[in-house]
Amino acid sequence: MAVMHLTKDNFDSITSAGLVLVDFWATWCGPCRMQAPILEELDEKLGSKVKVCKLDVDDVPSVAERFGVSSIPTLIAFRDGEVLNKRVGVTGLIELEAMLG
Amino acid sequence: MPEKFDALIIGGGPAGISAALTLRHRNKSVALISNPPDTTNLWKAKDVGNYPGIDGAGPAIESAMLKQLADSGTETIDGRALSVVPLGKSFGVAVGGDFYEGRTVIMTVGITRESAYPGENEFLGRGVSYCATCDGMLYKGRTVAVVGSGKEVENDVKFLASIGCEVLRFDGFGKAEIRGGDKADTLIYNGEEYKVDCVFILKDTISVTKLVPGLEYKDGGVVVDKQMATNIPGVFAAGDCTGRPYQIAKSVGEGNLAALSASEYLEELN
Repeated sequence: MAVMHLTKDNFDSITSAGLVLVDFWATWCGPCRMQAPILEELDEKLGSKVKVCKLDVDDVPSVAERFGVSSIPTLIAFRDGEVLNKRVGVTGLIELEAMLG
Repeated sequence: MPEKFDALIIGGGPAGISAALTLRHRNKSVALISNPPDTTNLWKAKDVGNYPGIDGAGPAIESAMLKQLADSGTETIDGRALSVVPLGKSFGVAVGGDFYEGRTVIMTVGITRESAYPGENEFLGRGVSYCATCDGMLYKGRTVAVVGSGKEVENDVKFLASIGCEVLRFDGFGKAEIRGGDKADTLIYNGEEYKVDCVFILKDTISVTKLVPGLEYKDGGVVVDKQMATNIPGVFAAGDCTGRPYQIAKSVGEGNLAALSASEYLEELN
């Protein structure tokens, strides 16, 4: 599996089932670029169990607002559509795994 | 992807410079990330007197050290480190809009503000931010507060103004408190209330425990062993950030030890 980019159209359907991790990021955010390789690593390690996704807040500001994203990057873990965990700031691999339970 | 350095040093005072010189001596690739030299505490020292070899005021000592640094082959990066994140076998350090990768990190950030304003920790990420260029765009056109002073802060204020923000300025030397509901919406500064959508706390150095999550800190200093190793493998600390006494000779000595430890650590990695 590869890291998936979410859009307004597929956000709800992708996050509604199973374990999903979404990285709310933006092109103008420096620290977000540090998050990207960590997500790739997570995807390599747990890609079969977790859907690793990214959402550009400039593309879909409505979704970012819906989840109260006020700092970038923000990572939200969903299980079957419900928010499981939320973390603000660049998050390392071990903490990401902990977020996913 | 940026080039991977053997060591990333955060902080360009005597400890950082000493560490850089020693690492270069051991033929390691080094990048030193720092705010301008006039933001160091050393710059304010009028007459040091007890630093062997260089007799003079703080700026003279720092300048002499910087000259040696310039000739050492160390890559110098101007800016404030925002976060340090483990990347498997190395570390990523975000500086402004860029990030750098290093196999080891040496923290030589000096004395940092570890205590937070009331409400600061509660609202961090929800209306409280340490980085205007990171989060500013989310508050385009809104009213924001900037707490802090200095040249770097002026650049951030300009940026925020350029994206339509109404910027309320506070020098950071007064009493502050942050309040709100789901998100921060009020800054109380020296008793006056201000309604804002975000409070940017832009002090020179980010608290060392926020910069490196999980770093052990106790009694006013980062906890290190005799080899200047912290509780995180690959992360070392030296100088004022490990606690008192705040003396140049101590900083320089610790910088040297941290560099030697990092060097050994790197040799064992291979």
